[in-house]
Amino acid sequence: MSALLEVNGVSVSFDGFRAINDLSFEIGPAELRAIIGPNGAGKTTFMDIITGKTRPDTGSVMFGEPPTNLLKLPESRIAQAGIGRKFQRPTVFEQQTVSDNLMMALKAPRSPLAALTSRRTRSTEERIAALAAEVGLRDSLARRAGELSHGQKQWLEIGMLLAQDPKLLLVDEPAAGMTVSEREHTTDILKRAAETRAVIVVEHDMEFIRRLDCRVTVLHEGSVLAEGSLDHVTADQQVIDVYLGR
Amino acid sequence: MADAKMADSALPGFTHQPLWKRNPSVLVFTGLLAVFTLVITVLSEGLGLGLVSTSFVKILGMTLCLCLAAIAMDLVWGYCGILSLGHFAFFGLGGYLIGMWLMYARTEDIVIASLAGAELPPTAQEIRDAIGTQIFGVVGGSEIPLVWSFAHSLPIQLALVVLVPGLLALVFGWLAFRSRVTGVYLSILTQAMTLALSLYLFQNDSGLRGNNGLSGLQNLPGLDDVPQSVVSVWFFIASAVALGLGYWLAAFLVSGKFGNIIRAIRDDETRIRFLGYDVEGYKLVVFTLTAIIAALAGALYYPQAGIINPAEIAPIASIYLAVWVAIGGRGRLYGAVIGAAVVSLLSSWFTGGQAPSVPLGFYTIDWVDWWQVLLGFGFVAVTLFAPNGLGGLVDRLVRKGDGR
Repeated sequence: MSALLEVNGVSVSFDGFRAINDLSFEIGPAELRAIIGPNGAGKTTFMDIITGKTRPDTGSVMFGEPPTNLLKLPESRIAQAGIGRKFQRPTVFEQQTVSDNLMMALKAPRSPLAALTSRRTRSTEERIAALAAEVGLRDSLARRAGELSHGQKQWLEIGMLLAQDPKLLLVDEPAAGMTVSEREHTTDILKRAAETRAVIVVEHDMEFIRRLDCRVTVLHEGSVLAEGSLDHVTADQQVIDVYLGR
Repeated sequence: MADAKMADSALPGFTHQPLWKRNPSVLVFTGLLAVFTLVITVLSEGLGLGLVSTSFVKILGMTLCLCLAAIAMDLVWGYCGILSLGHFAFFGLGGYLIGMWLMYARTEDIVIASLAGAELPPTAQEIRDAIGTQIFGVVGGSEIPLVWSFAHSLPIQLALVVLVPGLLALVFGWLAFRSRVTGVYLSILTQAMTLALSLYLFQNDSGLRGNNGLSGLQNLPGLDDVPQSVVSVWFFIASAVALGLGYWLAAFLVSGKFGNIIRAIRDDETRIRFLGYDVEGYKLVVFTLTAIIAALAGALYYPQAGIINPAEIAPIASIYLAVWVAIGGRGRLYGAVIGAAVVSLLSSWFTGGQAPSVPLGFYTIDWVDWWQVLLGFGFVAVTLFAPNGLGGLVDRLVRKGDGR
C-alpha cells in the first residue's frame, strides 16, 4: 500500500527556533492516525505545513496519486487537491446559516464564475441535509451558526470538512470543550470518516485517543519520537520522560 | 407521506428561487424608486407641472448617482470586507472620461459654427487646431493631448468609462491582493492611489486641464435647443434607471453562493481559503466590478454637476463614501442608499447656505462651517446607538410589521 501523504525531512524555524526538525511522516489512503505531543512539539506547525499556511525551509511534502508536491501550491489549491482542515478553535461562519456553511464547503467548482452561476438544486439540499444528519445538526439547518453551542460548532466544522469530500482530513483538537456524550459522537464521526479516507487527529486527551483506537505518532521538539499503538507508545521510556511522566 | 412533508419543511429553500423571493428588498426598492422618479418627473419644470426647480432636479439626479456609488462601496466593504478608501477615484475617472467627449464634441460644434462664415470652408486641421486652442488655452496649450485621441467618439469614450477604471482597479487590486495586503494597510494604499491620481490631474501637463478640470458638461453636444430643464429630467431618469439596475445587480451578487462566499471572506478570510476558495480572485472580481459601477455612476453624475476638477477625487471624497455606507448600515444594500441620500442631501442643504444660522449671542453657529462637526457627531452617534446604521432601523421596523 503506497502512502497518500509522504512528508520527508521537513524542517522549519522561526527566528532561529526550530519548530519542526527533520520530520518525516507517512499515512495511507484509509487510515486513522492520532498525533500527540507536549505543547510546542510542533503539532500545529506540522498541519500548517501540509495545508500551505507555513512554508518549510527544507524537505518535501508529496500528496496523492500520482504524487504532487504540495509545497508549490497555494492554500486554496491544496484544499482543492483534497486536504481538509479543522482548526483548534471552531471556525465557522457565524453570520451565516448552518445550511449555508455546509453549502460553501460542498465539493463543487471553486471559481468566482462558478459561484455566480451556481443554483441551489434539490440534490444539493439533500446532500446538505445528509451531512447535517451525519453530524447531528439535522434540525439546525436554518439556524445561524453563531447560535450553536460550542460542541455543535465543532460538529458543523467537521461536517464542512466531510462536505469537501477530502482525501485527507486534518483535525486539530476536536474534543476540546466537549461533554462526554459529545466526545463519543465525535469519535464515531471520525472513525466512520476514516473508513474511506485518511484522517489525522491532533489531540491532548488520552481517553479520547484510546477511544479512537488507532496508530499514534508522538511528536517532540519538531520530530517523531515514537510511533505505534497507544499501548506501545505509552510504554516507551522516552515518551514517558518527555510527555507522559510529568 | 408525513415524512416527505417534514423533510420539505426542514429544507429551507430547497429549490432555486428567483431573486425577488430570495431578496424581497429589490421589489420594494424598485417600486419606491419608480414612484419617486415618476413623482419628480411630473412635478419637474422641464416635463411637468413646474413645482420642482431644475436645479433641485439636478441635485436629486446627482444624489441618485451617489447612491449608486454607495452601493458599490457597500459591496466592496460591507459585504466583502475590503475597506477601499479610493473608490471615488473611479467615480471621478468615469466623470472625466465622459466629460472629455462632452467638452470636445461641443467645442467642435461651436468651432464649426464660428468658422462657417469664412470664405473658404475650414480644413480638418484648422478645426482641430481651433478646438485645441479653445479647450487647452486655459493651461497655455493648443495641442490636443494624446489622451484625447478618442474624445471625438461617444461610443469609444463610453467604452473607456468602463475600461479605464476597470483596468486600473484590476491592476491595483491584483498587486495589492496578491501580496496579501489587507485591513488598514489596504485602506492606506487606496488613499494613496486616489491622492496620486488627484495630484497628477492637478498638473497642467496631465492633458486634462489641470486644476481647471472639465467644464460646461451640462451642455449636450448637438442638443443646444433642448433647454436645461428638460435635459435635467432626462439625466434624473437615467440616474434612477442606473440606480435600479445597479441595485438588482448588487442584489444578484449578494443573494447567491457568490454572496455567501464574499461575506465569508469578510468574516474569516483564512478559513474560506482552507475550504479551497481563491480569496484573492474573489476580491479582485468584487474590487474591479465595484470600480466599474462607481465609474458609471460618475459618468452620469458629472454631466449633471456640469464641472469636474481634480479636487473631486481628493482622498476625503472616498472617505465620505465610506461614512455614508457606515451611517446607512453596512451589509444591507438599502442601507447604503439611505446613507448616501440622507447625508449628501443634508450636506447640500447645510453647506448650500439655506440652513438658518443659530445665534448664541456670543457666537453664531454658521452651518457652512459647522456642518462637518455635526456630521462627525452624527457618525459617532450612529456608531454608538445604531451600530447597524439607519438601514438597521429599517430592519427593525420591518420585523415589527411581520409580527416577529
